[in-house]
Amino acid sequence: MIEIKKLHKSYPIGKDKLHVLKGIDLHIKEGEFVSIMGSSGSGKSTLLNIVGLLDEHDEGEYYLNGQLIDNLNEKKAAILRNKFLGFVFQSFNLISYKTALENVALPLYYKGMARKERLKIAMEYLEKVELGPWANHLPNELSGGQKQRVAIARALVTQPKVVLADEPTGALDSTTTDNVMDLLRDINNEGMTVFVITHEEEVAEQTKRVVRLKDGVIISDELTKTKTI
Amino acid sequence: MKFLFDSDTWQEIYGSIRKNKMRTIITIIGVLWGIFLLVVLLGAARGIENNFNKIFGSFATNSVFVWTQATDTPFKGFQKNRRFSLTLKDVEILKSEYSEEIKLLAPRNQTSNLIVKGFKTGTFQVSGDYPVLDKIQKKDLLYGRFLNGNDILSTAKVCVISEEMYKQLFDKNEKPIGQLVKINNINYKVVGVYKRSQGVSFDGDSAYIPFTTFQKVYNTGNRIDWMMITANEGIDIEQMEADILLTLKNLHKVHPEDKRAFGSVNLGVEIAKITGFLTGMQFLTWFVGIATLIAGVFAIGNILLITVKERTKEIGIRRALGATPVSIRRQIVLESIFLTTVAGMLGIVFGALVLYFLEMLVGQGDDAVLVNPTVNIPIILIAFLTLTILGTLIGLIPAYMATLVKPIEALREE
Ligand SMILES: Nc1ncnc2c1ncn2[C@@H]1O[C@H](COP(=O)(O)OP(=O)(O)OP(=O)(O)O)[C@@H](O)[C@H]1O
Ligand SMILES: [Mg+2]
Repeated sequence: MIEIKKLHKSYPIGKDKLHVLKGIDLHIKEGEFVSIMGSSGSGKSTLLNIVGLLDEHDEGEYYLNGQLIDNLNEKKAAILRNKFLGFVFQSFNLISYKTALENVALPLYYKGMARKERLKIAMEYLEKVELGPWANHLPNELSGGQKQRVAIARALVTQPKVVLADEPTGALDSTTTDNVMDLLRDINNEGMTVFVITHEEEVAEQTKRVVRLKDGVIISDELTKTKTI
Repeated sequence: MKFLFDSDTWQEIYGSIRKNKMRTIITIIGVLWGIFLLVVLLGAARGIENNFNKIFGSFATNSVFVWTQATDTPFKGFQKNRRFSLTLKDVEILKSEYSEEIKLLAPRNQTSNLIVKGFKTGTFQVSGDYPVLDKIQKKDLLYGRFLNGNDILSTAKVCVISEEMYKQLFDKNEKPIGQLVKINNINYKVVGVYKRSQGVSFDGDSAYIPFTTFQKVYNTGNRIDWMMITANEGIDIEQMEADILLTLKNLHKVHPEDKRAFGSVNLGVEIAKITGFLTGMQFLTWFVGIATLIAGVFAIGNILLITVKERTKEIGIRRALGATPVSIRRQIVLESIFLTTVAGMLGIVFGALVLYFLEMLVGQGDDAVLVNPTVNIPIILIAFLTLTILGTLIGLIPAYMATLVKPIEALREE
């Protein structure tokens, strides 16, 4: 599903360059549930953003669903994101003046789906995250956990191949964290590839594979033993 | 083009317009004000122009009026301050000497008299005129006819009276034509009633009697009070006026440089001055209106640019969810067009309302300042179209800016 070979990325800082990813090799197959861990500044988000086509890499190769990603124009990238990828962010990134339902339906709008159908599907997904009664609430009327569930519903609504989540539980307490992780696991059990960044060991333990990053290189990549939870 | 008729497109625009109330209001005010000013100024300018047209409307616009005053320079043995009169001989000479230039010439005599009808009386002006007067200053006849050639030849005791005089001297519903009125104790048969023109008039409420009758009754001989002259098409009317005055000075032994001996008004020149003024005003109106409009449109662009910055994050989110740059740009441009259009329409409506009230306040009656202040529909359409095009172009700038950054940079924005 995701295949990365010798991937490099640096950010220009004034005249200098900050080398963030220094040759990453990573292969994630369809249906995997992977978490990335690492200290702050190790390049986790950078990696996820490249995988999510929100940013571009400098060197190396990246195949998404078998397609080589190289000098994509923004239009093609947008279509690929809409088709293959769903995003969940630490800060939820809901659109403040749209209701929960409209937020969830938005990716379908960009898919070109008719409004009625769109809202029907969005409602199904909201119900899936147990937020049916909150469909017509604005984001600022929802708790953090509820917002994140709305965001997850929005990430899932296009039935993407991969869900990318950058610290989805970073702003949540432990109970809501468990809720969100349960949701992600359910999604994974349905066959979707899930790729999560986290700081918390407990969160990482709930995934099936943990990749550890340090200073832009992968220092370990192993399957979790406690798969039974 | 399908997206234009897609309710979703408008839903999105409606959402973001509602969200950014401040921007929406400022934008609308900016453009509204511009087009409002344009409409009101153009309408007012048109109203003033119409008013001038009304005032001078009844005159042939290439008329010159000439009369005598007193000399201000001694000449050929005459003292200064000499008074003298124009004569019918002058008229004949002018007519033959300027046969190419002069189209019509009306010699006139005027006095003021008591007019009596039964027990009703009134003091009015009495003019001795030739039928040609009707061609120089059109008479709007309510009943009957104006003086004709026969009246002149037969020194008929007939008169044409004004509507005012009719009202003052006659009973209601009384037929005026064929009735007799006494002017200076002589009976005249009424042959016509005219309505005074709304604009300038040199006669006021005058009873017109045949020139020849006037000559006889008031014993004016060959003397005339003044004359009205109109020029042929294509004649330099200022030159003609100067030439005629010189000829007259020569005939009456007046010093060629005498500034006072003859009085004259050149309507053509006066009207040209006013027309020039009106053209200037029109130009100013356009200038002010268009400048305001452009300023308004730039304000929109500026505000859109600011809000695009504010909305960078939202745009980043939309792009992460699969919005293509085209769809983002399209939305921002449509927003800008929509705002300019709505604001423009409101401006037109308010402008029209103001013109309507202006018309009610100062556009009624004889002393109206503005007459029928209106704006041409095509002009409004052009202004409107320009506005929309400018709105589109100016919307393109922030739209382009919005898609220039990578989505991740947009998302990082707080
Ligand atoms: N747009 C950017 N311009 C310059 N430097 C950047 C940019 N984005 C990230 N960096 C730098 O790259 C490094 C890696 O950043 P990244 O966000 O990938 O870290 P992270 O592992 O996600 O950290 P955290 O756990 O704190 O989120 C950091 O040193 C960061 O300062
Ligand atoms: Mg990060």
